[in-house]
Amino acid sequence: MRILTGNDLKTGAVIWWTGQDWSIHVEDAGDVGDQANADAILAREDAARRVNGGYAIDAEKDADGKVRPAHIKDRIRALGPTVRPDLTLKPADPNAGNWVI
Amino acid sequence: MYRYDQYDQAMVDARVEEFRDQTRRRIEGKMTDDQFKPLRLKNGLYLQLHAYMLRVAVPYGTMNSKQMRKLAHIARTYDRGYGHFTTRQNIQYHWIKLEEAPDILAELATVQMHAIQTSGESIRNISADHYAGAAADEIMDPRPWAETLRQMTTFHPEFSYLPRKFKFAVIASEADRAALRWHDCALRIVKNDAGEVGFEVFAGGGMGRTPFIAYRIREFLPQEQIFSYIQAILRVWNRHARRDNIHKQRMKILVHELGEEEFTRQVEEEFQHFLTLKTDFPMAEYERIAAYFAPPPFETGLPEEIDRSDPDFALWVDRQTAEHKAPGYSIVTISLKPAGGIPGDITAEQMDLVADLAERYSFDDVRSTHTQSLVLPHVRKVDLYEVWKALDAAGLGTANLDLVTDIIVCPGLDYCSLANARSIPVAQKIADRFADLDRQLDLGELKIKISGCINACGHHHAGHIGILGVDRKGKENYQLLLGGSGAEDTSQAKITGPGFDEDGVVDAVERAIERYREIREPGERFLDTYNRVGMEGFKEAIYA
Repeated sequence: MRILTGNDLKTGAVIWWTGQDWSIHVEDAGDVGDQANADAILAREDAARRVNGGYAIDAEKDADGKVRPAHIKDRIRALGPTVRPDLTLKPADPNAGNWVI
Repeated sequence: MYRYDQYDQAMVDARVEEFRDQTRRRIEGKMTDDQFKPLRLKNGLYLQLHAYMLRVAVPYGTMNSKQMRKLAHIARTYDRGYGHFTTRQNIQYHWIKLEEAPDILAELATVQMHAIQTSGESIRNISADHYAGAAADEIMDPRPWAETLRQMTTFHPEFSYLPRKFKFAVIASEADRAALRWHDCALRIVKNDAGEVGFEVFAGGGMGRTPFIAYRIREFLPQEQIFSYIQAILRVWNRHARRDNIHKQRMKILVHELGEEEFTRQVEEEFQHFLTLKTDFPMAEYERIAAYFAPPPFETGLPEEIDRSDPDFALWVDRQTAEHKAPGYSIVTISLKPAGGIPGDITAEQMDLVADLAERYSFDDVRSTHTQSLVLPHVRKVDLYEVWKALDAAGLGTANLDLVTDIIVCPGLDYCSLANARSIPVAQKIADRFADLDRQLDLGELKIKISGCINACGHHHAGHIGILGVDRKGKENYQLLLGGSGAEDTSQAKITGPGFDEDGVVDAVERAIERYREIREPGERFLDTYNRVGMEGFKEAIYA
C-alpha cells in the first residue's frame, strides 16, 4: 500500500493522511493508490497549508492489521525516538521500540 | 565575555522581527516552503524527523549563567524539558513548533544569544578551545580573535551566499582540544622568534562524505593581517567552487582539486591585493573586544591541596579536572555522558544547576565542548568537593573524560532526517558493555565517535574508533573505522572492512579493544598501538 506523510506546518508534528484528514497516528493512514493520486492530494493539502514537506511512502499491514511503513526512518517518525520511549506516542509501552526494528 | 553593544542588540532584535514576519507570511500561505526554507535555515530552524529543530549558537562555546538559565527556560517552555549540545559547541532543541520559533528567538535576544548562521551556506559558529582563558598551556586567550572574526564575518555580504557551509576554529596552544585541522579554516595563535603574536593558518579540512585534514597554508601570519588573509581564502573558494555539484562545494574539495601549492599561490596573490585595499580592522578594535575577555579577578594565596579522602570524589578529580593557569584553581569538565544516557543531552533542571554552579564557583562562566560536555573553567580547588557533590546529586558527576564511554555521537536516525541509521543506541550499548570503571581506566584514553550518516556530525573520521551508520538495503548497518584523531596528532580513521549490524558492531568494538589490551606496550594508548601495528594488527581479531 502507499500512504502519505508529512509534518504539520505550524507544529512540525508528524502526520499521516487518513483519506479525509491528517492524523498523528500511523494506524489511521489510508491507502492512496497510485502516485498520481498521491501527488494530487499532496498538492491540494500543501496549498491549503495543512501539511509541510509531504511525501508518499510504501507501507504494509502487519500481523495485527496495523499499518507499518516499509522504511525504518518512517517507522521512527511514526513512533518517536527509540532512545526516549517517554517521548514517543506510546510512552506506556516499553516494547514499542521493537515495532520500529 | 563579550557583551553586545547597541549595534549588536539592534541587529539581533531586527533579525527576530524579520523572522517573525517571514514566519507569519509562511503560515498565512504568502510564502511557499521552497521560499521559506532558506530563510528559516538562516535562523537555525530545521525540519527534522519529529518536529522542527532549533540550533542555537554558542559562540566559541562560552556562556554565562543568565544565558544557561534562558536555555533551560526554553527547554522547559517550548521544548520537552531538555536540550542537546552538539559537536560545534551549539545547543539544539528537537521539538520546536514553527509558530513559537520567533518567540524563542526573541527570548534568546534578551540574553544576547541567537541562532543566526547555525545552518545554511554561511560561516558557522566559530569554535574554540573550551579551556580558553583558563588553560595552563595556552599562550593567550583565543576567544577575542574568535569574537573579532565573528563580528567581521557575520552579515558580511561576500560571505552570506557561500557555496556551502564554512567552519572556523581558533586555539592558542600546542594541545588541540578543538579538532582544529578538521575545519575549513583553522587558526592557531602562536608567537614567532621575535615574540610577536600571529597565526599558524590551516585550510581545506573537513569531515563528511569526503574527509580531508587541513594543511598548513601559512606558518606565521601577523595578527593584524588576519582579516585580509581570511577574505583571500574565502574569495578564492568563492571564485572557483563547484556550485553545480553539492558533493563538491566544500572548500576542501577545491583545495584537493587545485592542489595545495596552487591554492596557496592564489590565496597569497589575493592576500596581497587585499593588503592594498587596507580592509584590515585597526588593532584598537581588537583590543576593544579583547578587553571583554580580561581574566577574572583570581584570588591569590589559595591552597593547592585537595582533600581526597572521599574515594569517589578523588576519582572524579583525577578524571574531570585539568590544570589551570592560576594557582589554586582547576578547570572542571562536566560529563554529559552518564551511563544509560544520551551523549550531549541535558535537562532543564541540570542546566539550571550548572548555571548556579557557574555563577557561584566559576566567575559566571560555563563552556560547551565539541565533545558534547560542559566546562566550569575557573573553580577554586577548595570548592571542588562542593561542586562535585552538587553535580553528582544531579546525575552530572560521571568520571569518564576521554575514556571509552565518553563517546561523541550525533542524534542519528532517532531524530535526524539526514541519518541512515541510529547512532545513540550503539553508543549506549558500548557504554553499557564497558560500564565497569576499572576496565575503562585500564584502557585509558580511547575516543569513540559515532555518526548516523556520511555527513559525519559524530566525527567518526576522527575517532580512535569510529562508527558510521549506513543504510544497507533498508537495514541499519555500521562500518567500523580505526585510527582517527581530532587532537594535535590529527589523523583520519580507516575502514576495517565489511560492516556489522547493531549488536555486531558493539561486539567488534570490544574485540578490537581486547586486541589492543593483548598487544599494547607500556604507556601506549589505543591509538598509539594502532599506529604501531596498523590495521592488520587488528583485523583478524575484529573479524574472528
